[in-house]
Amino acid sequence: MLQLENIIKDFGGLRVLDSLSLQVEEGLIFGLIGPNGAGKTTLFNIISGLSRPTNGQVIFNGTDITHFSPSSIAARGMGRTFQNIRIFKELSLLENVLAGMHCLYTYSPVAMLLNLPIQRQEEKVMREKAMEILDIFHLTGKAQRQAESLSYGEQRKLELARALATSPKLILVDEPAAGMNPSETEELMGEIVQINNRGYTICLIEHDMKFVMGLCQQVAVLNFGKLIALGTPEQVKCNPLVIEAYLGKDAC
Amino acid sequence: MIEFLMSFWQTYNTLFYTIMVHGMLALSIYITLACGQLSLGNAAFMGIGAYTAALFTMKLNAPFGLALLAGGMLPAFVALIIGAPTLRLSGVYLAMATLGFGEVVRVVFLNISITGGSVGLNGVPPKTELWHLFLVMGVLIYFFLKLKNSRFGRAMEAIREDEVAASVMGIKTTWFKVWAFAIGAFIAGIAGGLNAHFTFFLSPREYGFDFAVDILTFAILGGTGTFWGPLVGSTILTIMPEMLRFIGPYRLALNGLILVLVVIYLPNGIITVKKKD
Ligand SMILES: Nc1ncnc2c1ncn2[C@@H]1O[C@H](COP(=O)(O)OP(=O)(O)OP(=O)(O)O)[C@@H](O)[C@H]1O
Ligand SMILES: [Mg+2]
Repeated sequence: MLQLENIIKDFGGLRVLDSLSLQVEEGLIFGLIGPNGAGKTTLFNIISGLSRPTNGQVIFNGTDITHFSPSSIAARGMGRTFQNIRIFKELSLLENVLAGMHCLYTYSPVAMLLNLPIQRQEEKVMREKAMEILDIFHLTGKAQRQAESLSYGEQRKLELARALATSPKLILVDEPAAGMNPSETEELMGEIVQINNRGYTICLIEHDMKFVMGLCQQVAVLNFGKLIALGTPEQVKCNPLVIEAYLGKDAC
Repeated sequence: MIEFLMSFWQTYNTLFYTIMVHGMLALSIYITLACGQLSLGNAAFMGIGAYTAALFTMKLNAPFGLALLAGGMLPAFVALIIGAPTLRLSGVYLAMATLGFGEVVRVVFLNISITGGSVGLNGVPPKTELWHLFLVMGVLIYFFLKLKNSRFGRAMEAIREDEVAASVMGIKTTWFKVWAFAIGAFIAGIAGGLNAHFTFFLSPREYGFDFAVDILTFAILGGTGTFWGPLVGSTILTIMPEMLRFIGPYRLALNGLILVLVVIYLPNGIITVKKKD
């Protein structure tokens, strides 16, 4: 589904990603872990088109998307969330999700101006769909509220809901559990499994090891921009390089 | 009674015309603000529209409707040319580009002969009637009402809130910003054409930086959360100097004071939209 070939990213003289090659298979929950500054978020930015690699290729469903714009990558079925939450604060929850559905709409500006049946029909269907998505995250009760009024954990969930609304084939999730309390984290794990069961492939970055090890079928470990391990959570946990660079002895 | 109304109208019809034209200009900048972009070129677009429409009726004897359309199209076309390269970037590039653009337009008006140079254009036929203003304003309000709850309006709000997040939702941010800018220029041009055909006289000095800032003030004072805000703001700012006429020489100072107070106590403008929280 997603193939990274020899990705290099330099910021000035600093090599943040170093000849990184990886593959994410369809249907997985794939984990990307590593110490702070390892280059995880930078890699997400490159995959989603927000940043260009210095060298290398990103292949998504057989198409080389390395130089595509973020919006056309999104339109091809890639959704994402951000480490520092980027919801539309002034909009309601429902409007956030509807904005995420932008590419699913088909009606034209003319249909908008003339208020044609296709517009009314589509708006109705999309609203129902949006409510279903909010329901996964137990947010339907707050659909009309301003997004800013949500708690930190709920904002993260709303952002995930909005990413899901784009109907992506692959969702990149950057530290979804950051700032959540244990019960929220637990709930989120259930919701991610639920999304995955619906057929969405998920690639997530997370520092909470219980979260990663409990959810992911496959884990990649980055350190200083290099892939140092790849495998099942069990394999990765006890890899000496990973123990030394990131997890410590107790993890194994 | 009827006599009173007649004389009232005699005194204030110009004011009413001006309120309508300022309302259109406030909407013309609102549509770019709705995408999070600041345009300081709308006075210049109004000028291009005014000169174009006036020249169409004066030199070509074109029907008024056609002249107005031309007065809207030319600024929109210019906006596409300026917008396409500058709006690829996010941030204040549009504000800087339009600031420079306004100056260029002013100098061009001053120096080419077809616009009458520094003397301006005299004797523009008085063709603007009340129903023209109502019609145009009605169409604009209809347009903004429809836009508001459509997928396009939502995409613009998303861009204003967070351009990067909007782009990863698949929203073509540059495309929206460029079109919003061009539609704004079109509206400003039409307003210019309507204005030209009741003021009789066009001068290049009317479309400079000061007026660009006035247009921005209409929108900011009224509030940019909904399109009603700029309409309210432009109406108040057009009427207020007239209402304060009775206090004589200090009226501009009082006018300024009122503005400062509004900005301090209503930082989001007079009309604010608040969702439940
Ligand atoms: N725009 C930028 N310009 C310069 N350096 C950058 C830029 N973005 C990231 N970096 C650097 O690249 C390195 C990798 O950053 P990145 O955000 O990808 O790390 P990360 O693995 O996501 O870390 P964390 O777990 O803390 O989120 C860091 O050293 C960071 O300082
Ligand atoms: Mg990060």
